[in-house]
Amino acid sequence: MKVSTEWLSEWVPLALSLSALSERLTMAGLEVEAIESIAAGIEGVVTAKIVHAAPHPNAARLQVCQVDAGTRGTFTVVCGAPNVRPGLVGCLALPGAVVRDGQQISITTIRGVESHGMLCSARELDLGDAQDGILELPSTAVIGSALSTMIALNDSVLDLNLTPNRGDCLSVLGIAREVSALTGAGLRGPSIVPVPASSERALPIALLADSSCPRYVGRVIEHVDVTVATPTWMVERLRRCGVRSINVVVDVTNYVMLALGQPLHAFDLTTLTGGIRVRQAGSGERLILLDGSSLELDAEALVIADHQQAVALAGVMGGQTSGVQTATQHIFLESAYFAPIPLAGTARRYKLHTDASHRFERGVDPTGQARAVEYATRLIIDVCGGSPGPTTDATLATAIPRPTSITFRSTQTAQVLGIEIAADEMHELLTRLQCSIQRESIKPWQVTPPAHRPDLVREVDLIEEIARLRGYHTLTESRPAVQLSLNLPPSAATQKRKIRHHLQAAGYFEAITYSFISDEQWQRFADAQAIPLTLANPISQEMKVMRSSLWPGLIAAARHNLHRQQAGVRLFEIGMVFALANGELLQRTRIAGLIAGLAQPEQWGCGPREADFFDVKHDVENLLRACGVKEVEFGSAIVAGLHPGQTARVIAFGQVLGVLGALDPRQSNALDRQGNLFLFELDLEALPKAPVTCYRPVSRFPSVRRDLSVVVAESVTAEMLTKTVKAAAGEHLRDLQLFDVYRGQGVDSDKKSLALGLIFQDSSSTLTDIQVEVAVANVVARLAHDLGGRLRT
Amino acid sequence: MSESATALLEAGLAEVAAASDLASLEAIRVRFLGKKGLITEALKGLGQLEPAARRAAGAVVNHAKLALTDALALRRTALDELVITALSTATVDVSLPGRGQSQGGLHPVTLALERIEDLFTGAGFEVVEGPEVEDDYHNFEALNIPAHHPARAMHDTFYFPDGKLLRTHTSPVQIRVLRDRRPPLRIIAPGRVYRCDYDQTHSPMFHQVEGLLIDEDISMSDLKGVLHEFLIRFFEQDDLQIRFRPSYFPFTEPSAEVDIKLPSAHGLTGWLEVLGCGMVHPVVLENVGIDAERYRGFAFGLGVERLAMLRHGINDLRLFYENDLQFLRQFA
Repeated sequence: MKVSTEWLSEWVPLALSLSALSERLTMAGLEVEAIESIAAGIEGVVTAKIVHAAPHPNAARLQVCQVDAGTRGTFTVVCGAPNVRPGLVGCLALPGAVVRDGQQISITTIRGVESHGMLCSARELDLGDAQDGILELPSTAVIGSALSTMIALNDSVLDLNLTPNRGDCLSVLGIAREVSALTGAGLRGPSIVPVPASSERALPIALLADSSCPRYVGRVIEHVDVTVATPTWMVERLRRCGVRSINVVVDVTNYVMLALGQPLHAFDLTTLTGGIRVRQAGSGERLILLDGSSLELDAEALVIADHQQAVALAGVMGGQTSGVQTATQHIFLESAYFAPIPLAGTARRYKLHTDASHRFERGVDPTGQARAVEYATRLIIDVCGGSPGPTTDATLATAIPRPTSITFRSTQTAQVLGIEIAADEMHELLTRLQCSIQRESIKPWQVTPPAHRPDLVREVDLIEEIARLRGYHTLTESRPAVQLSLNLPPSAATQKRKIRHHLQAAGYFEAITYSFISDEQWQRFADAQAIPLTLANPISQEMKVMRSSLWPGLIAAARHNLHRQQAGVRLFEIGMVFALANGELLQRTRIAGLIAGLAQPEQWGCGPREADFFDVKHDVENLLRACGVKEVEFGSAIVAGLHPGQTARVIAFGQVLGVLGALDPRQSNALDRQGNLFLFELDLEALPKAPVTCYRPVSRFPSVRRDLSVVVAESVTAEMLTKTVKAAAGEHLRDLQLFDVYRGQGVDSDKKSLALGLIFQDSSSTLTDIQVEVAVANVVARLAHDLGGRLRT
Repeated sequence: MSESATALLEAGLAEVAAASDLASLEAIRVRFLGKKGLITEALKGLGQLEPAARRAAGAVVNHAKLALTDALALRRTALDELVITALSTATVDVSLPGRGQSQGGLHPVTLALERIEDLFTGAGFEVVEGPEVEDDYHNFEALNIPAHHPARAMHDTFYFPDGKLLRTHTSPVQIRVLRDRRPPLRIIAPGRVYRCDYDQTHSPMFHQVEGLLIDEDISMSDLKGVLHEFLIRFFEQDDLQIRFRPSYFPFTEPSAEVDIKLPSAHGLTGWLEVLGCGMVHPVVLENVGIDAERYRGFAFGLGVERLAMLRHGINDLRLFYENDLQFLRQFA
């Protein structure tokens, strides 16, 4: 909402400086976003008429004009504007005048012709951006008068960012009321004198939509001259409030809306048949709006109709055929109260947002309709002439919203705000807001807010008003006295934090990627039977489907970095993934990581090494151990998007915790680089709660190590081998290390040699050689029997 | 006796001469001169001799002991020097970089989140989380934002075809907690939120921390005090200026926005909006069956990216989601 301070000061005295006023409004919840100064410092400009214009003898594009400035005299002025012509009334800056940016006008000689002033464009007068021609004033303007008497110069426009609860401030009157409440200065208006009817002509009005439109005030004005120019002062006030001039009748309706906050609509009377019916639309009923758009209406839409058809979408926009044109002679003015909720529904359904709907949605004053019609009638008759009929006020008295009487306990203010405010001060503040108050000494007060404040319905609303008007700076600062409680943070939060810090220490950087991805990204890691969870109104195709894996985001981030000369990338993310399973939505938190490029930063003493499956496996094992999961199995698996031969499921306690593996090389080619990319993803919610550690005695006796190199077939996995060893080695095996894998000379081509370190220890005595030899022999025998393994010699 | 003492001495001297390190030298000392050492035993054996023989033999054994002690000391000095020489040739260039995996880093949004969580959990607030795909009831209705309410225009909402939506704030977590539990309550709800808005200053996804305290006898001055202290601690500015400015949220009444002034080092002047807050609207309490006459509370919503940007002087919101390592490394 933009408001001119010049206009504002018409209705309330502005004793504060501009910056103080703006600060005061901001600190009362009416945030002033910008202050725009209008025509500041423009002086010495008068209205003048071009009586003669002839080409400049020495310049093709200039004209030499004789300009009549009334009592000031007639002047010769050289001008290059394209719209210069005899009869034009414009603004003449006389020698000595000051225009935009302090430019002073003097008598100058332009190509041999003396020019005694300058005909000004809107831009030169700081009255707009137009600079391709001189500003044209209505031909009715009085010649030779100072511009400042026609339009207010030295004005400022406050641009207010209003919250949706303050529909009452969407007018000059509303801001004036607010200034009055804040400063205590009395309102000076509006004093609107009803215009008596000079004809009998009226349209019957039928309210057929119950509470959606409980009041509709209408008035016919006949013989209106729509061809006259809108007065300059009005055009200028509209412009400063951000409204374009259309024609004089539309300008007046807009002007009254800006002044009082009540949207008006003017119909061409001759296009209306019979009378006005405010009704729900018929399903499928069509309406072409002022902006040319054609609507097919549903039964929930509220329309203004005549006895034949819909002529306007109520409170939103008028119809094309019934609007006021230059040729219109008779008009019908509409000023109605439309209930906010249904109107907002209609506006949203048809994706229409207008100055009128903006106000109706927020609630206009249900008592202000007749006043607005009278004000508009007065302005129209003054400017365009015409003969008004009687004002018709159709009202469903029972459906008109009425302010509720609020029970207000003056003691409650201290409770809610934490400060004591004297009852008299509260009374004064509420009175300034035009609340009516029944105050008795002991009982709670009964406070009735004014009709223009439908947002005030509860005691706490009044408390806020009191706090707001005093300013929140008057609140003290205290700390709540609360009961002590001993809570550890919930394990999920602790675990997330633990995981983050663990991975950070392991060289990973945390990424945060969008939760929505493209369909193509989603498909890469989706099972064949999965159904995408797609947004109905995505920002773009790239952010359309809710991710079912964290990998697409991480891969995109890795790609971004690999393209920027990063040799090694380790990233992780913790976040939610989304899936539809049997029609049910699953939202689960996962932790995913990625390694690309070098396994470790380049460093001296060891050559660079590309990361592989076992780097990411190591990180997963360590991460799980940090989370208290000590026994983990890795079983090879086939997972969409991952390498079919380098992928494993992570299993603990018989439950799948997640997956790790190499990105399918057919996808990594899409990363425009050779080399692999390794990924893991774990379901955070599947991680078991870490059990409390139960102590085992520490052995004080020495351990014994025996190393075995076992040759087995390629098909024998390390896990098969270690399981067999553990099963055969007996109770004293403390630890088992797999420390080498060898293929090549001395080992058959379809075989491999695995080197194992067996560590034996007893808790109650030193093991004898014989005990160890027996255990090892047992292991060797079992390996031979179960896996066909033989010792490498 | 004296012959054997002399032989011991000779053997000892030979071993000392052959000792190549301090450990073997020490072993020699123990074997000859220790508590049960050979020469020590010989000295003990003197007592069994006749006085005359004892004197002669004593002189020899004592001589052996002294001579071996001297030899040990001499050899020790020589070996010490050898060690020093050896150490001096094993010098490393300590300025060479260390080896191994280097440290990664946490995202600046997480750093800010953890900081917020630490400050509030330290004051007894509990961290709770909720779903990101929400329904209309929790995101709007229960928070006093009915359908077609103009306040919905403040929330550009992402919808799914079935009417579900991506939460536009973490306030729905309030409702979920309040429905399950009774006051007194102190919670914060961190998490991702979504708005259908994308430009230089708006991201379709960002992070919020919702805070809620409900108890008897809670006032707006308490809210002001708590948030002022929070901002002082968060920004580590003891003289941080704040102002409470009236605003509007359907689920709080009175409502406020909080602005701060940062030291000019950040290149930002004037008041900067950092959060929204207010006293929990009685309608919200009634919606979840809490006696609004007995209990009151305050709620606040912190924009985590906003706070992180101000703390670190980051001027472009989009940097957070690019995950460029050149950016992320700065916070490690």
